[in-house]
Amino acid sequence: MARKRLDLTFPPRQSLQPVIYHLVKDYDLVPNILRAQIQPGQEGRMLLEVTGGAENYLLGVEFLENQGLTVREAAADIVLDPDRCVNCGLCTSVCRTGALTLDGCSALVFDKDECVYCEACVIVCPRRAITLSF
Amino acid sequence: MAKSWDEINARIASGTAVVLTAEEFGALAKDEGVSEAARRVDVVTTGTFGPMCSSGVFLNFGHSEPPIRMAEIWLNEVSAYGGLAAVDTYLGVTQPSRDRGMEYGGAHVIEDLLRGRAVRLKATSYGTDCYPRTEIDTWITLDDLNQAYFYNPRNAYQNYAVAVNSTNRAIHTYLGTLLPRLGNATYCSAGALSPLLNDPTYRTIGVGTRCFVAGAPGYVAWEGTQHNPHTDRDEHGAPVRPAGTLAVIADLKQASAEYFSAATFTKYGVSSFMGIGVPIPVLDEEIAETLALTDEDLSATIYDYGVPHRSRPALGRVTYAQLRSGSIEIDGKTIPTGPVSSLPVARKIATELKSWVAERGFQLAEPVQLLPQVGSPGPKSLEIRTGEAI
Repeated sequence: MARKRLDLTFPPRQSLQPVIYHLVKDYDLVPNILRAQIQPGQEGRMLLEVTGGAENYLLGVEFLENQGLTVREAAADIVLDPDRCVNCGLCTSVCRTGALTLDGCSALVFDKDECVYCEACVIVCPRRAITLSF
Repeated sequence: MAKSWDEINARIASGTAVVLTAEEFGALAKDEGVSEAARRVDVVTTGTFGPMCSSGVFLNFGHSEPPIRMAEIWLNEVSAYGGLAAVDTYLGVTQPSRDRGMEYGGAHVIEDLLRGRAVRLKATSYGTDCYPRTEIDTWITLDDLNQAYFYNPRNAYQNYAVAVNSTNRAIHTYLGTLLPRLGNATYCSAGALSPLLNDPTYRTIGVGTRCFVAGAPGYVAWEGTQHNPHTDRDEHGAPVRPAGTLAVIADLKQASAEYFSAATFTKYGVSSFMGIGVPIPVLDEEIAETLALTDEDLSATIYDYGVPHRSRPALGRVTYAQLRSGSIEIDGKTIPTGPVSSLPVARKIATELKSWVAERGFQLAEPVQLLPQVGSPGPKSLEIRTGEAI
């Protein structure tokens, strides 16, 4: 099993093929759309988490590329600025997936694998120490 | 085994005082008993680092040529008070800027000054015979100011609320974003390290107490605003709701950005994390009993911030140990918790203050006046009246 985060770019004129449907139906992949900006007639972007067999994953990516999408491993990231963070822990109170937690000494720990880029922490951080690059 | 203030100060002066943080003292008392801990230890240090909105600085700019009697004053576009003498002002931490709103406010100006950054000063005036200038636009740094000192009307709240939200929508408060249907709970106290929770009846902390204010040596100047000794207390005498507060004063030029951090609470406003620490003398076993209290002993009351009224419904009481475990239970429902006040920085403050007392001869001051005690006038509310009714 592989779990990857992909940064997809949709061309302004994409084929009418339903992309997500085929990832599920034809390649047995489990897609989870984390972020998407798709507008008619404009280039679109999607941050997609995909879970499935290693071979199916490669075939699924090939399918996406054949549809005219540009596929990159996601560089999207939650960035914590240690110079601004005061370890108050307020971000942990809105993190529903447990990506942000406090360790035994109440210092902030970020587990990137658990993050779904909901940005609740970005909004709540009183020090504006958390940013999302996508 | 009673020790006097003078005996303890003599030990501090000779470098032989035994000083522990409140957490260390709690652990020692658990292992050796309170009597033994009280016998061995002279001073216990406390610390807290949370958002404290009632904070700000008095500044004196010095006189320009020709001079100006500043009537309207902006520092990096944040309005400062113009109702004092010609070039005196008070800048409050919560004042938002006129260009960036709550993303940059009074607290951010103070943090910029502490970090050595230049701040743009603009002022206007109506002009007088002795102060003819009517406007000024210049840059200042902390070093350029004659006087710059914190005067914080309300700091170091003795305990605070645990906030939840029972409504169906998220609300944005000074205790963070509260998720709907009791989706989370936030709390704001250093618990066992909190200055006033270690001296719950204000025996040793009063007017004139020497303390740590944002990294500078400072003083308790007065009771804090909304100081209220009358709240419900537990079997140890510690309040279970917000109670006492301190007004503190200290030199901004000796303070550090390590212990003062500007903050913005989304859709609420500007505030600042203030670092406050108070050293407490272990005078006798009675004070040692409260110094030994831990997060397992101290508790706070849960309030529903979804009810936008002066009196919010209380939904029960939890200990700080429960809050720090990451979740609490309300009516059988498990609710994730998150702090607003930084425990790592509170520990750092208590440890730093310990080194001031143990290694740098930081003397303790007996209060010259006690804070209002139980029996003093209680808190008053603001009633809406018309002129005719007066």
